[in-house]
Amino acid sequence: MHTSWTRRRLVRATSLAAVGTLAAPYVKRAHSAGTVTLGLWDHWVPGANDRMVELANEWGAENNVDVQIDFITSVGNQNLLTAAAEARARAGHDILSHPTFQIAVHQNALEPVDDVCEALMAEYGDFADNAVYLARLDGTWRAVPTCAGSQSYPMCSRLDYFRDIAGVDLQDMFPAGPRDPEKSKDWTRANFLEHARKLHAAGHPFGDPIGQTSDSQDWLGPLFLSFGSMMADENGNITADSDETREALAYMEELVQYMPDDIYAWDDAANNRWLISGEGSTIHNPPSPWTVAKRDAPEVAANVWHHDAPAGPRGHYRGNLPYFWGLWEFSPNKSAAKDLLLHLARREQQAALVEASQGFDMPMLKSFDDFTTYVDAAPPSGTLYNYPVQGNEILTVAGWPAPPSIAANIYFQALIPNMVARVTVDNESHDDAIAWAIDELEGFMRG
Amino acid sequence: MSQQTGVPWRRRQRTFGRHSGLLDWFSSRSTVGVLMCLPVILIIGILVVYPFVFSIYLSMLNKPETEFVGLGNYVFLWGRETFWMVVRQSLIFTFFAVLFKVLIGLAVAHIIHHLPDRGQRLWRGLALIPWVIPPALGTLGWWWLFEPRYSAFNWLLQGMGFEAIAWLSDVFWARFAVVTVNVWYGAPFFMIMYLAALKTIPAELYDAAKVDGASPWQQFIYVTLPMMRNIIAITILFSTIVTFANFDIVRVLTQGGPRNSTHLFATYAFRVGIETGDVPLGAAVSLFMFPILAVLAYFILRNVRDRSERV
Repeated sequence: MHTSWTRRRLVRATSLAAVGTLAAPYVKRAHSAGTVTLGLWDHWVPGANDRMVELANEWGAENNVDVQIDFITSVGNQNLLTAAAEARARAGHDILSHPTFQIAVHQNALEPVDDVCEALMAEYGDFADNAVYLARLDGTWRAVPTCAGSQSYPMCSRLDYFRDIAGVDLQDMFPAGPRDPEKSKDWTRANFLEHARKLHAAGHPFGDPIGQTSDSQDWLGPLFLSFGSMMADENGNITADSDETREALAYMEELVQYMPDDIYAWDDAANNRWLISGEGSTIHNPPSPWTVAKRDAPEVAANVWHHDAPAGPRGHYRGNLPYFWGLWEFSPNKSAAKDLLLHLARREQQAALVEASQGFDMPMLKSFDDFTTYVDAAPPSGTLYNYPVQGNEILTVAGWPAPPSIAANIYFQALIPNMVARVTVDNESHDDAIAWAIDELEGFMRG
Repeated sequence: MSQQTGVPWRRRQRTFGRHSGLLDWFSSRSTVGVLMCLPVILIIGILVVYPFVFSIYLSMLNKPETEFVGLGNYVFLWGRETFWMVVRQSLIFTFFAVLFKVLIGLAVAHIIHHLPDRGQRLWRGLALIPWVIPPALGTLGWWWLFEPRYSAFNWLLQGMGFEAIAWLSDVFWARFAVVTVNVWYGAPFFMIMYLAALKTIPAELYDAAKVDGASPWQQFIYVTLPMMRNIIAITILFSTIVTFANFDIVRVLTQGGPRNSTHLFATYAFRVGIETGDVPLGAAVSLFMFPILAVLAYFILRNVRDRSERV
């Protein structure tokens, strides 16, 4: 049978089909909103990665997005190499974890995340100054600061040694609760020298590395800043040649007399071992030695207290290495990735991550300093309370306030520890050591 | 038949001739050789030539990689004191490491060569152990021996009444440590190469030398060494290149310290290129020695070829 299609019939049929299509229910399926891939820092605390996967998958299930996570170790700088490869290939994960100075390195390949950071700040207040310095470049947030991998460098001290040898009650000065600033006003660099002398004489010296390692920068950088010594200013002008630098060097000449002789060869784990062994009285570190001591040397752990570094004549600083989540500018699923970033950076998720890291991670939003993990940590009860800054310390990184690309050189080429070692080991004059540093700094300035 | 196809004879001959030439070309030994090697040439092109050319290109860009600066990065390095310290250290490290690898490899090869056949295999295997351990892992073991506070060597020294040595914090001892570990790792390679060479020297030469009254030392100088000259030259060349490019030993043991005094090209390039984000300068650091090594390789290989042709 032959049927002819008239114009009227065609219009009716197509209209019916269109109405039918629009009226049909939208069937949401798992992963119908695509895939977001993450390359995150491989946490060394057992269980921390699993918690991260759970949190990300919760969001994925709610939003029908397939979330795929690879954990990339920082051992052998594999995370830096992965970031360099992905930035160059313009392909890889949507979101990648970046340590401290890497935002400046990959600035041009990172998607602005002002909307995410501003939403977080509107809800929770400001980020730590150091996070702003490292991730908000030329007025644009290039990555979201996170607790996962972020750490600060308070002092980890033996309560018993300080009480019995130096006559200092650290828990009274820095309690696990509201503090009286009057009680800690004598916790200064000058007085610390006297404590260090007594502890050294008693066979329990203060110990931290002075070398090419990360920990070396994380206690010496803030120390120099507390004397007002900066290697370069925010405009990249060299400012190392100053009375403040000479004062800091003179202080170090005195302090190293009360430290172990071999600190110039210590690696990042050496000060941890120094404290855990029971020989050391105090070091600068995140809580990892305390965590290990809880397992291997409980009598040591029960006496370890985390607290502020001494205040200097021109400021009160503490070392801090933040981690960031960066969204590649070439990511194919930016909208979903930003939503995931916002989810993971919220208070509940950050608190869960801190708990899973046993208090190692440190949130970069200032108002998150009251997480119960820090309050409840024991023994001794409340030892981690002061791991997030509770006093007037400013979180900073060696090289601050120079532009991050220059500061990265100051940090990784160990400018400050090398300058100290030239004075304290090679017996160079302050002027010679500073002249050497200036020559190095001129090299760091290249564009 | 040719008339039947309707194709002029001359044209058919040209066509047949062309097919025949193509067949000849395909069936010639050199063409087959090239075709067989093509996969390897392709792999080398992708994995060696391309990265090499790309790294040269990278080394000629500015820090943000937005501008071509020609030899600007090399000129910049030329004026840096720390870079020249790295050059000096790389030369010192390579010279002493290769020298001791040759001497120890030669000595151990001789000792094993003169062992009775039954025990030789065991000693050969044992001597090769350092070479088969991943260098980063082996170096970690050495780090524990040199560790500043709980050093096993210092424990021994102090047990014998000597002063402890600041292995990794003193410039001299830190350099000594990195050279020692490199020699420990590399000497077995020399040993096995020299052992193989010793096995190929005809016994008649030694018999003749003995008849002429040559002492063992004279046999070594006038028979063994001349017969091993090529293999010694090649092992020195290869080892020099590899030792110059060493990374993991310094990275694990000293991280370039104390006070940058053990940095080599590779560790310094990594610090500058990856850690501080200046990839073009890092590429320039790692390529700086290439011309010198290329010239060295050319002369050594030409020398080996000339001598082989004379033989």
